Amino acid sequence: MTTKHERLEAVGNQIPPLIALTVLWMLLWGEFSWLNLLVGFVVGMIVTVAFYLVPVQLSGRLHPLHTVIFFVRLIVDIARASIEVSWLAVKPRLVTSNAILKIRLRTRSDLILTWTGVATSIVPGSIVVDIDRESSILFLHVLNMHSARDIERFRRRVLDTERRIVRGFGSYEDVERMRGVLPENRLTARRAARTKGKGSS
Amino acid sequence: MSAIVHDVLTAVLVLAGAAMCLAAGIGLIRFPDVLSRLHAATKPQIFGLMAVTADVAINNFSVGTVTLVVAIVVFQALTAPMAAHLVGRAAYTTEHLRADLLIVDELRAP
Repeated sequence: MTTKHERLEAVGNQIPPLIALTVLWMLLWGEFSWLNLLVGFVVGMIVTVAFYLVPVQLSGRLHPLHTVIFFVRLIVDIARASIEVSWLAVKPRLVTSNAILKIRLRTRSDLILTWTGVATSIVPGSIVVDIDRESSILFLHVLNMHSARDIERFRRRVLDTERRIVRGFGSYEDVERMRGVLPENRLTARRAARTKGKGSS
Repeated sequence: MSAIVHDVLTAVLVLAGAAMCLAAGIGLIRFPDVLSRLHAATKPQIFGLMAVTADVAINNFSVGTVTLVVAIVVFQALTAPMAAHLVGRAAYTTEHLRADLLIVDELRAP
């Protein structure tokens, strides 16, 4: 049973991708003209109808400054990590030591989970191997991990990325959830979670 | 003066891009297993692409070029992790990896 409200919401959810596709069409042509806008809109309509996607739950919140901070930090991370991986590739006496880590995110939103996955994945040195959507867990393959300290540092980096994304455009609930776990007591919170996990399994 | 700055900027960006692609190629040969090779194959390349396309945008500065460059980088940034994820996951589930290279494997079922 779909109510009128739900149907309206389903249509509303298709509008952001439609706008994005129209803008993309114009980007590809490299110029703005009314004909481009019209054709882009028609093509966008066809694509959104023919390749129907599950509606994405947008959070409805955007903090411009934190979003900019996230993107700037992302580019800096990409640059730094690219140089690290390149150096690893050419350095003499290569010792490969990797890890597959299970990182439990605090968000419950698919959108933030995806963004965190892509953002950590785009930074060289980590690849998403698997995702557990139900409990927001990322399984990452990480290059060049030599000790437990490296692993802890990497975990904290992923969680910080998540925090920056949530502060940028996460939902209010997620922001509240982040506030409960501050960076400095995150370590103890995780340790508690880990011992609890061990006890139950 | 600005011509020199321009030349230096161009040289730095193009050389950085080339170096990244070279490193990716070397890493592809030197890294020992599928998952580590994926890192070399997909990642430094994005930074290289960013550098080269930024250079193109600086040299032919117009709204059309800049927007096209942004579109190229965004789509490369969105698709490369997906490709890496699919290959990585396939490699993991079919056990095409060297477990001796992993210090921790928290995905393996206990």
